[in-house]
Amino acid sequence: MHRFALAGNPNSGKTTLFNGLTGSTAHVGNWPGVTVDKREGVYKKFDEPIAIVDLPGIYSLSPYTPEEVIARNYILDEKPDCVINIIDATNLERNLYLTTQLLEIDVPMVLALNMMDAVEKRGDYIDEKALENRLGIPVVKISALKGEGLDKLMERAHQVCSVIRYGKTVIEDVALKHLIGDIKIALEGQGVSNPMFHAVKLAEFDEIEVLMHKDTVNMVEAFKKSHQYDGFGDDFEALIADARYKYITKYFSPTLKRKNKEKFVVTPSDKADKVLTHKIWGIPIFLVILFTIFHLTFSENLFFLGGLLPEGWVSFEGTAFEGVFGAGGINSPGVMLMSLVEILTTFISDGVATLLATSPEWVSGLICDGVLGGIFAILGFLPQILVLFLFFSILEDSGYMARIAFILDRALRKFGLSGRAFLPMIMGFGCSVPAMINTRTLADEKEKIATVRVIPFFSCGAKLPILTAVSGAIVGYFGVGNVDFITYGMYLIGMITALVAVVLMRETTLKGDTPPFIMELPAYHAPQLWNLVMLLWDKAKHFIHKAFTIILASTIIIWVISHFSFSWNYLSDDLMHQSILGGLGQLIQPLFTPLGFGSQLNGMGWVFAVAAITGLIAKENVVSTLGTLATCLIGTMIDIESDGGVGAVSIMIANTGITLPALLAFIAFNMTTIPCFAAVAAAKGEMPNKKKFNWTIVFWVITSYIVASALYLIGTAWWTAFLYLAVAIVAITIIKFTNKKREKIGK
Amino acid sequence: MIKTLDKFSIGESGVVISVSGERKIKRRLYDMGITNGAEIYLRKKAPLGDPIEVTVRSYELSLRNSEASCITLEVT
Repeated sequence: MHRFALAGNPNSGKTTLFNGLTGSTAHVGNWPGVTVDKREGVYKKFDEPIAIVDLPGIYSLSPYTPEEVIARNYILDEKPDCVINIIDATNLERNLYLTTQLLEIDVPMVLALNMMDAVEKRGDYIDEKALENRLGIPVVKISALKGEGLDKLMERAHQVCSVIRYGKTVIEDVALKHLIGDIKIALEGQGVSNPMFHAVKLAEFDEIEVLMHKDTVNMVEAFKKSHQYDGFGDDFEALIADARYKYITKYFSPTLKRKNKEKFVVTPSDKADKVLTHKIWGIPIFLVILFTIFHLTFSENLFFLGGLLPEGWVSFEGTAFEGVFGAGGINSPGVMLMSLVEILTTFISDGVATLLATSPEWVSGLICDGVLGGIFAILGFLPQILVLFLFFSILEDSGYMARIAFILDRALRKFGLSGRAFLPMIMGFGCSVPAMINTRTLADEKEKIATVRVIPFFSCGAKLPILTAVSGAIVGYFGVGNVDFITYGMYLIGMITALVAVVLMRETTLKGDTPPFIMELPAYHAPQLWNLVMLLWDKAKHFIHKAFTIILASTIIIWVISHFSFSWNYLSDDLMHQSILGGLGQLIQPLFTPLGFGSQLNGMGWVFAVAAITGLIAKENVVSTLGTLATCLIGTMIDIESDGGVGAVSIMIANTGITLPALLAFIAFNMTTIPCFAAVAAAKGEMPNKKKFNWTIVFWVITSYIVASALYLIGTAWWTAFLYLAVAIVAITIIKFTNKKREKIGK
Repeated sequence: MIKTLDKFSIGESGVVISVSGERKIKRRLYDMGITNGAEIYLRKKAPLGDPIEVTVRSYELSLRNSEASCITLEVT
C-alpha cells in the first residue's frame, strides 16, 4: 500500500484535509515516546487504497521542538511515497518557508494551496503554474473546508509518487551553494541518503546533524573561518533562514496578485480582536465566556430562569424523564445529557438486578454494584466531560484560545507557566479528565507535566459533595462558621496548593525557562462541525475504552476488598467494617494520625481512610462510604440522599470524636490526593514515560499528606504555624542557593 | 531611527536589521519570518502590557517583550 504524508504549518487546514481524505477510517494514537497526536487513515477512492499519515503541524524542520523532530525523522527514516505539503494560501510567504526545507529531501512532493476560496473572496489571484515551474513539483488549488480539489490533489500525488525526485535547495549565494555542494558530495561518498537535506542542515550547524556527521562538520568550520557575511557573522542558521525568505519574496511572492495593495489591511479578525483582546474588557469578557461554558455544562438552573418560572411548569415527576428537565429550573445541556445517561444506566442496572434476583447475594452484588455500578459511575461523567470538551474545542478551533494565552501570559509567567496553562487548570474545576487532555496544547513538556500534576487541586465537581457534607456537619455539630465560607476557603486552599506546587516543581524537579511565546495568532474562523464531531468521537472512544479496562479492573478490586472478609466470606454493605478494606484501614490507621483522623479517634479513624480509598473510584463515593460506615456504627439505615451526607458525617463526629481541624484536614486530603481512576488514567496518557507517571502518584500522596497535616496541626496548635513557616523559609533558601550554584556551574 | 521592538508603541512599524539572543529563540524568530529586511508593524499590546502582537509577512504573530527586545529595527 502506498503511504502519503501530510505536512504543513499549524492552522493550515491540515486536520480538515486529513478528515476529508480519510473520512471514518481515521484513528488517533501517539507518536512513540511523546504525547503528540499521531493520526492515520486510508484514502479509498483509487483502486488501491492509500495510507495517509498526518504529521504534526510545524513551521520549520529545526531540531528544537518535538513536533519538528518527529516530522523530520518520519520523512527521512520512514520514507513515505509522497509528501503532500499543504499551505495556507492566504499566508503564502511563511507557509512556503517550510516548503523550501521539505524540497531538500529526496521524496516525491505535491503542494496543496489550501483556502483558495478565502483568497478568491479577497479578490486575489495566485498563479499556480508559475509556482509549479519554480518549485518543480505539482501545485494544486484546493479548499479542504469545502472538499474542493481533493481528488485532483490525490491524482497528482499518485502520479508523482513512483517518480524519483532528488532534493534541491533554494539557496542562491554562490559561496554557500559551493559549500553545500561539497558537503553533499562528501555525504554521498559515505552513502548517506538524502544528501541535500543533510548538507544544508550541516551548513546551518543543526544540533542533530552535527552529532550525526561528526567527520563532515570540519568542512563547515573551515568555511566559516574564511567567510564572513555582513550582519550575520558566523550565524549560518540566520544566513540560511534569510536566504530562504529572500528566495520566497523574490520568486514566490510575485505569483500572488493582490487586489488590495495596502500593506496592513484591517480584516474581520482585527475587528473582533479590538473587542476580545481589549485592554480593559479583554479579561472580563474571557471570564464571562468561561462562566457561560461552566454554566451550560454543570448548571441545574439554566440562566437562573428557575425563579421566573411558574412552579412545576415542566413536572415530569413520576415519569422516566424526571430529572432531565430539572426541578425548579431548566437543566443545562450537560446536566440533561447526564440525566439521560442516568435513566439508561438505571434501566440496565434494574434489569440486571431482576435477572440476578435468584442468584447468590455476592454474585448480584459484584455484578450490580461492583461491575455495573463502577462502569456507570464513570460513564455518568462522560456527557459532561464531552460537553466541556466540546466547548473548549470550539474555543481552540475558532482561534480564541490563542488570544486567551495572549491575554493571560503575563500573569502566569510569575509561576513559571505560559498563558496556555491557565485554561487546563481552570477546566479542572469542572472535571480533571478533559483538563488533563487539554494540556496537549502546551508546547513545553516540563510545563505540561507540572500542569497535569496540579489539575486535581482545582477541586472538581465530584469533590463538591465532600465539601458540602463535611462543612455542613462542621457548622451543624460545632456551631461555627458558615458552609459557604468553609467551602470557598477549601477551594482557595486547593488553588494555593496548586500554585505553590507549580512554582516549587518549576524551581526543582521540572526546572526550565518559561517556554518562549513566539506564536501565531490565527485568524478567527467558524469552528468546523465535522472536525469537532470526529474529535469528540475519538475522545469518547478513548474514555469508554479506559472505563472498561483499567478503571473497571481497579473498581472491581476495591469492591471486592470492601465486600469480602479476610476469610473470604461475602459481607453485605452494612458489614463493611469487617471487610478486607476495613482491616487494611485499621492497619494503616496510624499513618493518618498526623492528619487528625488516625489512631487518636478511639480506633475509629480508619473509617475516614476507607472513605478516601473508595473515593478513588469516583470522588462521590467518599460521602456514600461515610454513609455506609455510619450505618455500620449505629445499626440504623442512614439516608445520605436527603441531606447530602451531613447527617452521616455528624454521626461520624459524634462516634469518633474527630476534631474540627481534622475534618478540614480530611477535606483537604481528599481534594489534593490521588484523583479518581478516570483522572489517573488521563494523567497516565499525558505523561511522557512510566517514571514520570509514578512520580506523579507519589507527588499527589505527599502533597495531600503535607497539606492535610499542616491544616490539622496548625488548627490544633496555632503556634506550629511558625514551625511550618521556618521550614518553608529554610526550604526556599536551600532551593535558591542550589539553583544559584548550579547556574554558576552552568556558566 | 533604530530601536528594539519592545520599545515600539502601537501603530509604529519598522524594518528588521538584526536579531540577537539565545540560539533557540533566534531560530524560532527566523522560522516565523522575522529575518533581516522583514517589515514589522506593532498592532497591539496585551491588557497587562506584555506580550505584544505584530504583523509580519502579512500574518499576526504574538511574542513577549523579552523576545521582542532581541529584534532591532529601523523605524519607518
